[in-house]
Amino acid sequence: MILVIGAILLWLLGWWVNGRLASGPYADTRIVGVVAPLIFGLTIIGMWELLVRGLEVPLVILPAPSVIAVRFVDSLPILWADFVQTIVKGALSGYIIGCGAAFLMAIAVDRWDFLRLGLLPVGNFVAALPIVGTAPILVMWFGFDWHSKAAVVVVMVFFPMLVNTVAGLREATAMQRDLMETYAATYLQSFLKLRLPAAMPFVFNGLKISTTLALIGAIVAEFFGSPTLGMGFRISTSVGQLSLDMVWAEIVVAALAGTAFYGAVAMIEKAMTFWHPSQRG
Amino acid sequence: MTSGLKAFWAVLTVLTVIVAFWYAACVPMNIKGVLTEQERAGAKVQPPSAKDRRDMSEFGLVLNNSFAIPATWEQDRPRLPAPHQVAIEMWETTVQKKITSKRSLIYHGWVTLSATMLGFAIGTGLGILLAVGIVHSRVMDLSVMPWAIVSQTIPIIALAPMIIVVLYSVGIQGIIPKAVISAYLSFFPVVVGMVKGLRSPDAMQLDLLRTYGASRSQGFWKLRLPASMPYLFTSLKIGIAASLVGAIVGELPTGAVAGLGARLLAGSYYGQTVQIWSALFAAAILAAGLVALLGLIERTVLKRMGMAQ
Repeated sequence: MILVIGAILLWLLGWWVNGRLASGPYADTRIVGVVAPLIFGLTIIGMWELLVRGLEVPLVILPAPSVIAVRFVDSLPILWADFVQTIVKGALSGYIIGCGAAFLMAIAVDRWDFLRLGLLPVGNFVAALPIVGTAPILVMWFGFDWHSKAAVVVVMVFFPMLVNTVAGLREATAMQRDLMETYAATYLQSFLKLRLPAAMPFVFNGLKISTTLALIGAIVAEFFGSPTLGMGFRISTSVGQLSLDMVWAEIVVAALAGTAFYGAVAMIEKAMTFWHPSQRG
Repeated sequence: MTSGLKAFWAVLTVLTVIVAFWYAACVPMNIKGVLTEQERAGAKVQPPSAKDRRDMSEFGLVLNNSFAIPATWEQDRPRLPAPHQVAIEMWETTVQKKITSKRSLIYHGWVTLSATMLGFAIGTGLGILLAVGIVHSRVMDLSVMPWAIVSQTIPIIALAPMIIVVLYSVGIQGIIPKAVISAYLSFFPVVVGMVKGLRSPDAMQLDLLRTYGASRSQGFWKLRLPASMPYLFTSLKIGIAASLVGAIVGELPTGAVAGLGARLLAGSYYGQTVQIWSALFAAAILAAGLVALLGLIERTVLKRMGMAQ
């Protein structure tokens, strides 16, 4: 009971601190922008710990954060092997192949108007579909190992990337294109010097959307069959054994991997599109 | 109008090319299985031993045994079913089956759709409420909003199997666990989109309302909420697609009982490829229908508000 009251007190304390920060003189600074969500997150984790212990929630329903942390540290080798199998081999290779293919396709679509008229509506349509459903088919074709996961990722990221890149390549205004024309620029010159740089914000938008899709594809595809390795495999088998601390440890890995992947792409974007208004703070 | 016609022909051409490519792909994909069947039925197959055939390329086999090509579109359990096989299977499992039948795609589609809609309604409702809170409370904005944004970069669908099993162990099963997954998947896109929308009125418009002496709630109902509608519909379309994926994935760990996800899983267990493809197309049609329906509502609402482009 004391622990439950402690949880309520902790909540009030966290909220009070953030309230002071939000109404204080430094509310708009960067530090508060980082500290306030951190305090909120830590408050939630602290409450989780206290409530699970105070109400004696069984481990099979919700393990306490400390239990998850211990399990995380204890099974680092397993988690690392799963990470390599699912993220590095499955998601990353599929991401590179899928985004690369979509980028090349987008250039072709942009070059020939007929393709744009015909393929873009189809691409827009497909981008909204539950593509993850192709996983059982692709697992059947490419086997249980990471190749089939990469294939699912390719199919998942292809259309969002295609649609975004095509939109980006049309971003340069008629005035700018005319200017290139008056310079007597060839298609290649005007593509490399005007339209590709102008498309970069859109390309990176597609790349950022695709990071999450790639992880989803690689993990869900493992639910349909995988070697005895991989994050999706570990999640589904650990759920079956009711060792939920392991599931949570995998989810922590997935969260870290997702944020890091997204962050890496966002950093490359910042370096490459420094000229764009959205990047000039 | 002519440009519309041109676009129509272009789309039609692309679709024709896709279908033609699909039929062509069936030949090398299925040739090995077909030749094994034909050999058992007594046909002369080149080369005759199965071992030699295994090492040969699919295209070589097709060239040597061109008589077997039509059979690659008629197999019972092909690696890649031909379009018409999928179409026939879909026709048989929708129109020709009673909708209460366990083999009816409409029955399975409804199981998935009901979970999707319930989850989507809960997720959207809570998402809009949280967005209103974030816009009006600086504390919530500072503490919650960054997490809502970070959640977009995390494959939170990985939680799905655990939610199913945990809710089952406390005695909740059926539609609710799947709806929970659908709800949290549609929740975060709606929060992020709606916050953006509620903040979209510019300083000039907010100042104007202040000069009118409008209260906070008047400002909300007459300016912020109407201004947020285009953003809301954009994120609703993302949210409903995510909800459907959530409901489908939520059907996997329960061991294939009912729903489109269960059809996918059962199909992959028993090698019923035609069943997988028809479930996949049913899911695609469902998703396209839901997005189109939202698009229709969006156009009607925005037109009545005078915001349609």
